[in-house]
Amino acid sequence: MKKIAKAKLQDLWRHLSEEAALYLPAGSDGVVDFARWQEDLAVDLGELNVCVPPKKFFYPQTETVLKYEIGDDLQLVDFSGHAGERAILFGVRPCDVASFSMMDKVYLGDPADEAYRRRRENTCVIALGCQEPEETCFCLTFDIDPGKAPGADILATDTGEEVVLVAQSPKGEELLATLNGLLLEATSGDEIKVKDAQEQAKEGYVTHVSVRGLMEKLDGMFTDAYWNRLYRRCIACGTCTYLCPTCHCFDLQEYATGNCGERIRCWDTCMAADFTQMAGGHNPRPTQKERVRQRFMHKLNYFPRQHGGEYACVGCGRCVRKCPVNLDILEVIREVGGAADGQ
Amino acid sequence: MASNPLLPQTAIVTDVRRETPDVKTFRVVAADGGDLFAYRPGQCAMVSLFPVGEALFSITSSPTRKGFLEFSIKETGLVTRALHEIDPGTKIGVRGPYGNGFPVDFLQGKDLLFIGGGIALAPLRSLINYCLDNREDYGKVDIIYGARSAQDLVQREELFTNWPQVRDTEVHLTVDVRSDDWDGPVGFVPAFLEQLNPSPIGKVTITCGPPIMIKFVLQSLEKMGYKPEDIITTLEMKMKCGVGKCGRCNIGDKYVCKSGPVFTLAELQLLPNEF
Repeated sequence: MKKIAKAKLQDLWRHLSEEAALYLPAGSDGVVDFARWQEDLAVDLGELNVCVPPKKFFYPQTETVLKYEIGDDLQLVDFSGHAGERAILFGVRPCDVASFSMMDKVYLGDPADEAYRRRRENTCVIALGCQEPEETCFCLTFDIDPGKAPGADILATDTGEEVVLVAQSPKGEELLATLNGLLLEATSGDEIKVKDAQEQAKEGYVTHVSVRGLMEKLDGMFTDAYWNRLYRRCIACGTCTYLCPTCHCFDLQEYATGNCGERIRCWDTCMAADFTQMAGGHNPRPTQKERVRQRFMHKLNYFPRQHGGEYACVGCGRCVRKCPVNLDILEVIREVGGAADGQ
Repeated sequence: MASNPLLPQTAIVTDVRRETPDVKTFRVVAADGGDLFAYRPGQCAMVSLFPVGEALFSITSSPTRKGFLEFSIKETGLVTRALHEIDPGTKIGVRGPYGNGFPVDFLQGKDLLFIGGGIALAPLRSLINYCLDNREDYGKVDIIYGARSAQDLVQREELFTNWPQVRDTEVHLTVDVRSDDWDGPVGFVPAFLEQLNPSPIGKVTITCGPPIMIKFVLQSLEKMGYKPEDIITTLEMKMKCGVGKCGRCNIGDKYVCKSGPVFTLAELQLLPNEF
């Protein structure tokens, strides 16, 4: 366990940026997002949810899958090998860290996606424990502790004047070892401060919702009249899915000029009508009702049924805050069967 | 090292055969002339025509006939329209095979009833030729097939000549609308099926067609006494990746590209009705 004075964080980041490409939450035009570190970057460690979830570092919003050249011979060039610069993410919140293990289930599941695997392997994740959850935060619903991030390589905790750093993986150990000149040994007093900060995070937590029995309840709800009402507000903007740290659906598009071109993978949304529209005209999800149902069923029933009961939601609250028509997953969980039991 | 699951192999179209006014069958070999990959009847592959795009098709050839793959493709959307323009010698991309394929071992020793409609004979043809090439492993084979009109029947040589010549194999054809060049039965496939009324005893049925045909065929088969475990169908969903990641072919806790496209009716009854 190490620590550093907050006043010296700039030195820490400078050093980390020499190890690998360093990204931190930073404000620009009123939006906080992960940005590449430089001396004058407006780092903002206070924001709980950066706008675009950091899954983008492993699964970019758009990415070239292959390039081709059409001539006498068709040349196909695999682009997955180009992925994977060495990177460090500093300040990833526990909910977003938890989302990585869900993305792993999809992209490292057979057959593993090589570009994704390289990025995961070459990125060191430094999590930052939360202390004052927002009203829209509901990570605890999914047993994600807002002060802890077991999936991160290093856990950083703000203890007031200092930040305490704990390595949680060999990758994290290795990185901390390069920082020896900058870091101080943490004391047993610091350990207590970390525990206090973690307790404080839980105490400040206001949104209590339970998902006990929710997956099972949804098993029988595919044809329920509930969906007939819920979807009417939805304007199919797709914000909920684009900003979701666990949504993984994509489209493949061609971009070509002359005889050369590339195939690009880009995030897609099941809220769009043409997501399941087939060339012959048949659409298995013909109206917004089926699409809205798909989003909730996939997160709260289909994905957990496939993956040992784990819900495809980390309670970050982005979709709750950003939905223009207030179509709220918390409301769905409460109405379908999760009880507000305060546990 | 893991590879890029979205990267196709280069392949060459060696033959393009016109089946109907809007269906062509493409024969494809690997760039070096050999097999692209081993596969089972009922599996699918992604076909890329650069720079237009990529789409998923069932493999219509049988793995018993080595050295090439065949795809029967109806001119329908962007990629298929462009594919209909190409000539033999064109280089394309192919990746696969995807999906579970038909349960050829489960079918052994049983009488088989194939029920197809339109272009959806494509996946059935792979299994039909597989069974006829291993004739002693399977019982009586009945093939019920229908199309919009006489000129929309695909694989005519096999339907009219090759298949009926194989022992214990019967082909029953119907068309939706009467025409001067057709003197056979007229009517939709589900009604034709009920008319023929093949006994379910010792029989497994494999059906593929447009969604509306499948819906009514499944109803008819249940009415005729076929058990849901003995009714096999293949689903069609929009797909981009073929490897269970792009999310489009999701039905319940299944991805059709991985767990399907072949399902028994018993399996479908456990899934949400969204296909």
